[in-house]
Amino acid sequence: MTNRHPPVENWATDFDHVDPVWAADPYPIWEELRQRCPVAHSDRYGGTWLPVTHELVSEVAYDTEHFTSRSIVVSERRPGPEDLPAPIGVSPPISSDPPYHGLIRRMLLPAFTPKPVDALEPFTRQLCRDLLAETEGKTSFDAATEYAGHIPVQVIARFLGFPETDAHLFRGFIRTVLEEVDRPAEEREAMFEELDGYMDVQIADHRAHPRDDLTSFLIDAEIAGSKLSEEHIRGTMTLLMIAGIDTTWSAIGASLWHLARHPADRRRLAAEPELMTTAVEEFLRAYAPVTMARLVAKDFDFHGHPFKEGDWLLLPFPAANRDPAVFENPGQVQLDRAKNRHAAFGLGRHRCLGSNLARMELRVALEEWLARYPDFELSDPAAVTWAGGQVRGPRTLPVSILGGPAA
Amino acid sequence: MTSQTFRVHVDPEKCQGHNRCYSVSPDLFDLDDLGMSSAVGDGLVPAKLTGQARLAVDNCPEQAISLTEVKP
Repeated sequence: MTNRHPPVENWATDFDHVDPVWAADPYPIWEELRQRCPVAHSDRYGGTWLPVTHELVSEVAYDTEHFTSRSIVVSERRPGPEDLPAPIGVSPPISSDPPYHGLIRRMLLPAFTPKPVDALEPFTRQLCRDLLAETEGKTSFDAATEYAGHIPVQVIARFLGFPETDAHLFRGFIRTVLEEVDRPAEEREAMFEELDGYMDVQIADHRAHPRDDLTSFLIDAEIAGSKLSEEHIRGTMTLLMIAGIDTTWSAIGASLWHLARHPADRRRLAAEPELMTTAVEEFLRAYAPVTMARLVAKDFDFHGHPFKEGDWLLLPFPAANRDPAVFENPGQVQLDRAKNRHAAFGLGRHRCLGSNLARMELRVALEEWLARYPDFELSDPAAVTWAGGQVRGPRTLPVSILGGPAA
Repeated sequence: MTSQTFRVHVDPEKCQGHNRCYSVSPDLFDLDDLGMSSAVGDGLVPAKLTGQARLAVDNCPEQAISLTEVKP
């Protein structure tokens, strides 16, 4: 983890979501804040708020009058005049506000319904099997970098129609956007130019050679009779790449991390595959990777806190999912949890567009893993590392395979 | 065993297409082209699917689903 910011000493008044303590284990922090605040403030990033209860997180998610989605990654750089203006924003539709948001979201929704997502399942399953086959003969390896990390990269590359061989580039782009948010604004702008350049090459290639993928779909798409602007297409492609990779990688990795540490859950899930549907939702609840963000749209009083236009607000869906006011024994993973209104994919009109895709990938990744390696554990718990920032998940996950692969 | 009859309803203003209800019970819910859910037919829940209907209510993140008893 980078340490461009000083360590946090007081989470209620000086929190920082890239702090290594937060990255390693944010749950005690949120629990403390739920009791102390429950809206924390930090001067970092030019002023940031953090509500930690399910009730307050929901309230913000549903309030598009006082909060704008124009930028949804908290960093030192707020959107400037050179960025696409509201209500489109830099990466539509996640950065868009209503009513425009609804128009562009409706355009994309059909591509993410169960039917087209199910069509990607055989590809995903074969990919998982191939990745596991490459671990043949190893008694220990890194489940984050050798397995979980490759799955969403290849699925998204296929979905967008990018060359599979470019997958190694995506990691760098994602680190830029999501993890190195505490870099100075000028450095971040230079990093974004490289990403924009890559997208321009892909768009040009798809214009010259149209095919059946999401990039060609965006190039052909029309809203109210007009084609999308070049920046709009690029912004949406960037969004789909960034949002579809680290998030799912994190969910798969965190689920494997849990199973590696809980032999009873591991054995139960291997023995009772019919539990997979509720288990997937429970892993998503307990280890939800994504914390969203908003900008305060206008000065107003939020439950006694003076919110100012332009303040950042972190929207921690993972904290909402651990709120004891909504979930019984929230810190405990119950594979058969029957009542589970988790908010891992957000709430309200910005509900994660790719939630069906993410669920399919997580389910298939766990099914294939458990079929081959029903018994495994962390080989070196101290060596596990977690990404900080707004997408949290294991980035190093060394596991030992117990008792050899399944026959 | 009482013979209660229930009707399930999805509030289209609240549904955001999480598809949790459809995953719990594809017999009770239908998805449109955008992935938004609605009750199948008139929403009457066959007695054997009452449990699934309750699960759908309990798992909708947007609290968009309601289950009401139909008075005979």
